[in-house]
Amino acid sequence: MIPELGHFALVLALVIALVQAVVPLLGAHRNRLALMAVGRPAALGQFLFTGFSFACLTWAFVVNDFSVEYVAMHSNTATPLIYRITAVWGSHEGSLLLWALTLSLWTVAVAVFSRNLPEAFVARVLGTLGWIAVGFLAFMLVTSNPFTRLIPGAAEGRDLNPLLQDPGMIIHPPLLYMGYVGFSVAFAFAIAALLTGRLDAAWARWSRPWTTAAWVFLTAGIALGSGWAYYELGWGGWWFWDPVENASFMPWLLGTALIHSLAVTEKRGAFRSWTVLLAIGAFSLSLLGTFLVRSGVLTSVHAFATDPRRGLFILAFLVAVIGVSLLLYAWRAPKLAGGGSFAFVSRDTALLGNNVLLSVVSASVLLGTLYPLFLDALGLGKLSVGPPYFEAVFVPLMTPVVVLMMFGPFLRWKGDELMPALRRVAPAFVASILIGLGTAFAVGHVSWRTVLGLALAAWVVLASLQLLATRLRERAGASAASRLATIPAAWWGMWLAHLGVGIFIIGVTMVGSLENNLDVKMKEGERVEFSGYTLLFRGVQDAPGPNFAAARANLELFRGDVDIGTLQPEKRIYLAQQMPMTEAALDVGLFRDVYVSLGEQLEDGSWIVSLHYKPFISWIWAGCVLMALGGILAAADRRYRRLAERRLPAAAVQAA
Amino acid sequence: MKARSKRLILVGTGVVLFGAAVALVLSAFQQNLVFFHTPTEVVEGKAPLGKTFRIGGMVEQGSIRRDADGITVRFAITDTAKVIPVSYQGSLPDLFKEGKGAVVQGSLGPDGLFRASEVLAKHDENYMPPEAAHAVAEAHKAAATLKQ
Repeated sequence: MIPELGHFALVLALVIALVQAVVPLLGAHRNRLALMAVGRPAALGQFLFTGFSFACLTWAFVVNDFSVEYVAMHSNTATPLIYRITAVWGSHEGSLLLWALTLSLWTVAVAVFSRNLPEAFVARVLGTLGWIAVGFLAFMLVTSNPFTRLIPGAAEGRDLNPLLQDPGMIIHPPLLYMGYVGFSVAFAFAIAALLTGRLDAAWARWSRPWTTAAWVFLTAGIALGSGWAYYELGWGGWWFWDPVENASFMPWLLGTALIHSLAVTEKRGAFRSWTVLLAIGAFSLSLLGTFLVRSGVLTSVHAFATDPRRGLFILAFLVAVIGVSLLLYAWRAPKLAGGGSFAFVSRDTALLGNNVLLSVVSASVLLGTLYPLFLDALGLGKLSVGPPYFEAVFVPLMTPVVVLMMFGPFLRWKGDELMPALRRVAPAFVASILIGLGTAFAVGHVSWRTVLGLALAAWVVLASLQLLATRLRERAGASAASRLATIPAAWWGMWLAHLGVGIFIIGVTMVGSLENNLDVKMKEGERVEFSGYTLLFRGVQDAPGPNFAAARANLELFRGDVDIGTLQPEKRIYLAQQMPMTEAALDVGLFRDVYVSLGEQLEDGSWIVSLHYKPFISWIWAGCVLMALGGILAAADRRYRRLAERRLPAAAVQAA
Repeated sequence: MKARSKRLILVGTGVVLFGAAVALVLSAFQQNLVFFHTPTEVVEGKAPLGKTFRIGGMVEQGSIRRDADGITVRFAITDTAKVIPVSYQGSLPDLFKEGKGAVVQGSLGPDGLFRASEVLAKHDENYMPPEAAHAVAEAHKAAATLKQ
């Protein structure tokens, strides 16, 4: 009964989404307030029914209702409760439901926090979001109903893919979806701007916090996914340039360009049509990502059952969204053009340069991701584009981005003198090159990549410090503390996120240059020397789990004579599908991780053990955390709220 | 006039830089494509010697052996028609099994031994890598044509 209620709620959500998609847009077109006002309650209704449907599916997992096909395929009575709940988004149908729920959540958020915006504008934004919801809900009901009954019901379920039975599963998909789907708000704002023909600084100020919030979620989601892959997949890599990763990385790159382009549109009124194009692009790439990941054209842990109808539906939806918005853009964008002019040497140019570079990087990732699929689809042969391509493209294109990222803030808007600006940054620039060379020598790994990476990181850190000092000197105030306090949150956000890029580069460079891997055969009582550490193999014991059997090894880790601790990597067999799994063990440190995974057992009773030494790998995620924190600060800046307060009296008057 | 020449410089620099970026992307792209070959194609000499490529197929029954060092592993990949011997150093993916599909990436030595640098794991017990399925399907097709 409950699954049927969930199904029915989904149908109702679709009907409400249709109302939300049609009525407010009509109202905005005809200028009827009553019709526009339908948007907010419709958004709330759609959210409640989608949420109810989601709760029904969760309930089916909690009570082990194996008469629901989706539950029987992805859960088991022995699966721990937390993974039965996360199994809701463990596969195709449920993750679409999560997509729809996330979308309705963003829609409600827009409905609630948009009281200070013009009614007609809100109506258009909610209408656009309504159309997206219609697309996804219809997709689910037509091709991927999670509530389909299994007749007769199964006695026992097949369990969730063991790779997904991990704390990462609890938080990674929801965060990532909040990011992916969050760009739909930026997209809806852009479409609304195209429809009204109004695109000014105020518009940019409205969309900025929303776009930044989505970007924060996406950043956190990607970083979490990377960390999860690092410890779960058992061989110590943190980024694979896997198509599925690229699918989330492309919207991130364009989203990063978008938040910077929005800054220019707000401050200077320039880049208007470019900003709109980026908003369309970022959301289209999010949809493309969903298509790639969910349609089964890609083969990975994220790809599920391959039903050609599904791929076709998403592809048609994708073409419709991109086609309609680009047509609208071609029709309306010329109206929006204009804005402040700027000189060649200016902060505007630096931001434009970075925007173009980020778009090129995004396009090159798209090329590497889609090309093999196209060739395969056209029957022209099978090939793959591996990490060497992405690295060969990424490093040279992102290096100028990082240089400009720290040079730009030293330039004034609109126009600046080149020589004084260069003189301002020259000491930091020269110092970073020297630091890069010196550090590379000190760690004993002199390659152009190491020197470049360390110099870039030094450049980011030094220039950040200099920027802060400059900013403090500009401000009047009695004490350093009071001068610090006058700096707005948005500026701190920018500063922190940029510093995060530097920390990230340190991590990537050090891991790339100094990591060390070793596969060894080990018997009980044997020792192995590895990267300055000694590992003592204490043998393997049985360690049964709730839904798996495991062989757990004990390896004692020594640094010199100091016992640092015991590492316990496992080899698990998940019982429901007899699927083996490697569970790595890590000794995590600020400056290095020691990472051990257990291979197979050999005939003579010894085991293959993979050892990894990963210097500074935590810095990669620390950098991402700083970027996300910077985004939070930027989105929370007082001036967005001040705007709300200023508008409030006017709205109150209107209501009266 | 001055504003126009400034704009020309701006646009010109942009075009040159953009062109350089595109050239970089395309050349990197061309150098790093990894092609896929079936075991039959490899035996027929269609695969390049010494260059990195991929082979897909089934791991032949009874072919997995470990060398005395315990680290080097040897096995054979087959599309049911032809067999390619493979050597690989390190730990094998969890779902690597005899009689199951697998994809290996590496290069072919003059001795006919394929030295794999990567053995690709599948993520699910019932899942067959498409490259492996493709290789077996091609071999079956060839066999069917021969019989006629």
